[in-house]
Amino acid sequence: MKYQQIDQYAAKISAEKRASVYGGSKSGYDSRKKALFTHFTAPDDLRRLAGNIKQHTIENLDTYLPQVEAKLQANGAKVHWAEDSHEACQRVLEIMRARNATKIVKAKTMVSEEIGLTPYLEKEGIECLETDLGEFIIQIAHDHPSHIVKPIIHKNRREIAKLFEENGLGEYNDDPETITRRARQYLRHKYLAADVGITGANFVSAESGRLVIVTNEGNSRFSLAATKVHIALIGIEKIVPKDRDLAILLNLLARSGTGQQLTVYTEFITGPRSASQPDGPEEMHVIFVDNGRTEVLASDCREILRCIRCGACLNVCPVYRQASGHAYRSVYPGPVGAVLSPLLAKEKFPELADLPKASSLCGACNEVCPVNIPIPDLLLRLRDRGKREHSAAAGAAAPPLAGWAIAATLPTAWTAGLAMGGMINHVPTPLLPQAAKSWIEARGLPPWRGGQFRKWMKQRNKK
Amino acid sequence: MNSSREKIISRVRAALAPIKVRAAHPDFADKTATMPGLPTGDFCALFKECLQVVNGLAFDDVSKLAAWLRAEGHAHGYCDPALWPGLSSAFGKDFTVETSFDRKRVDDYKFGITRAAGAIAETGSIILQDTATSSRLGALAPWVHIAVVSKKQIFPDIVSAIGALGDDPNTIWCTGPSKTADVEGILIQGVHGPGVQIALLVT
Repeated sequence: MKYQQIDQYAAKISAEKRASVYGGSKSGYDSRKKALFTHFTAPDDLRRLAGNIKQHTIENLDTYLPQVEAKLQANGAKVHWAEDSHEACQRVLEIMRARNATKIVKAKTMVSEEIGLTPYLEKEGIECLETDLGEFIIQIAHDHPSHIVKPIIHKNRREIAKLFEENGLGEYNDDPETITRRARQYLRHKYLAADVGITGANFVSAESGRLVIVTNEGNSRFSLAATKVHIALIGIEKIVPKDRDLAILLNLLARSGTGQQLTVYTEFITGPRSASQPDGPEEMHVIFVDNGRTEVLASDCREILRCIRCGACLNVCPVYRQASGHAYRSVYPGPVGAVLSPLLAKEKFPELADLPKASSLCGACNEVCPVNIPIPDLLLRLRDRGKREHSAAAGAAAPPLAGWAIAATLPTAWTAGLAMGGMINHVPTPLLPQAAKSWIEARGLPPWRGGQFRKWMKQRNKK
Repeated sequence: MNSSREKIISRVRAALAPIKVRAAHPDFADKTATMPGLPTGDFCALFKECLQVVNGLAFDDVSKLAAWLRAEGHAHGYCDPALWPGLSSAFGKDFTVETSFDRKRVDDYKFGITRAAGAIAETGSIILQDTATSSRLGALAPWVHIAVVSKKQIFPDIVSAIGALGDDPNTIWCTGPSKTADVEGILIQGVHGPGVQIALLVT
C-alpha cells in the first residue's frame, strides 16, 4: 500500500473542507492559550494536578464505582450497568418501554455515538432527536461528528442552509443567526413533546453522586426541564473522587475546549427534581458503560482514561488539522482517538492499527492536555502492539528499511552511501525509488547534504 | 445486583491487580484553581464586572429593569409567584405578567423572573437551584431571564460555590446567555436558553 488510509482520506477532502477544519481548530487552540495563560501564572501545574487526580481515580475505580453507585441510589437514582454497546442500548429501550415512552430528546453525549444508540432506537420505532445545534445538523445530514466539541467543524454555512431548506426548516438562508433561531423554534417544541431526556456526564463525584453536565446552548437543561425521565449514559472512567476536585477540572475543561472560563451552563444533578419543582424528571437513571474500558484499564495505555473530552488535542494536532476528524474512521478522532479508538475496537484493533501512526510525535497534544496524558508515549506503545500483532494496517506505507538497516550496521557501507548519496540531487524524479516518490508528491526533496556532520566533527576534533 | 455489574467490577479489579503502588489522591489548597489577583472584599462589584464580560446585564433598580424591558418591547412575561408582590409596583399596567408557567404557550413569555440561589463573582455566574427556582422552564424558555440575586449570596469563586452546593438535587450555574459557535465558529446568543441573561441585585 502506497499510503496509509488517513493520508488517502486527507488527499481527497476538498480545499473548502480543509479550510473549515484548519480555521476552526486553529481558533480553538488560540482561544485556549489566551484563556489559560492570561488567567493563570502556572497553568501547567494545574494540568499536572488534574492529571494526578484523574490517574488516582482510574487506578482506584474498584473503590469508587461501588461508592458512586451507593451514593446515586441513596439520592434516588436508579443505577444500571452495561458491558457493551448492545447492552447499553437495551437498557435504554427497557426504560422507555416500562414508561410507554416513544420520544427522546438527546443532549450531546459521545458515549451514545460510541454505542450507536440513535440507529438502535430508531429501528425500535423510537424518535431520538439530537438537540445540540451541531449534532442536530449532523443528524439531518445523516453525517457523523468530526470533532469532540465542534461536531460540524467540517461544514460551512452554505451546506447547513441547504440542509435546513431540504428538511423543511425555512427557505435557503445561510446567516448563522437565522439558522440558530430556526433550530431554536423547531427544537423547543420537540423538548416539550418528548418523554425522556438523555444526557452524558462530564464528571460524576464519588463523594456525593453528583453528575456534572456542561453545555453552552442550554440543550441539556431544556431536556431536563421539559421531560419526566432522565437517562444519563456514563463511561465508567468519568468519576472524580471529591466535589472539590471539580473546581480544578471545571476550571480547565472549558478553557481547554473553547477558551471560556466556564461553559454557559454547568449543571450539578444528584437525583430527580425536588418535590417543590414543577418542571423536570421525576425519574432518573444512570447507565454505567464499560464497552471496552476495562480492557483499556488492563492495558499499558490506561492513562488515556483520564481524558475529559475537551478536544484541545484535536485543535493543536497538525495531522488532525490537515486530515479532519472523519479520516480517523471512528467516534473519537484526533490524537485522543488515535489512542482510544483502536483500544475500544477490541478484536477489531487491527483495522484501526494505522491510527497510532497518524502522528509526527511532536508532543503538542500532551502539552495542551488538561489532564496531561502522555499521548505520544501511548501512540508508541500502540505502534509496538500493531507490529507485534503483525497488523497489516500498522505496517501500511512503511518505507522499506532493510537497506538502511544494513548500512547502519556496517560503517564502511555507511561511509560509501554518504559519498554516493550526492547523486540523488541529479536523478530525475521518475527514476527515484517509490518511497522517495511518495514523499516528493506533496513537498520538495531537500538537497542531499549527507556527510556534512562528520566533516564538521572531524574539523572540530582537530582544533 | 445484576451480573453485568459483577462482571464489570471484577474486570476492573483484575485490571488493577498488577499495579503495585497506586497513585495517591493529590493534596491541593482550596484556592489552587482560583484566578490570582482577583480583588477581594466587594464581590458584588466583581460579579457585575464578570457578568458583563460574558455578555450578561446587571440591574440594581427594579424600575430601571422595567424601563429596559419596555424599551426592548418585552411586555409579557412569567414571574415567580413569591417574588411578584415585591416587584409588581415597579412594573406598569402595560406589562402582562403571569405567575404560573403554561408550557403549552411557551412562546408567549418574553421574559421570566426567578429567584437565584446565589452568584459567583469570578465567573459572573448565576446559581439556580430547584428549591429556590419556581420553574425550570420559566427561567429557561423566555428570551430574557431575570435572576433575582441577593447581594449577600455572592460567592467569590468556583471552589467556594462548589463547597456550598448543599443537598438540592439540581443546581445550575448560568454564565451569561445561551451560546453557540457551531456554525463556522461564529458566536450566536440565545440558542435554546435565554438570549439575554440579567441579574437583578437586591439587598
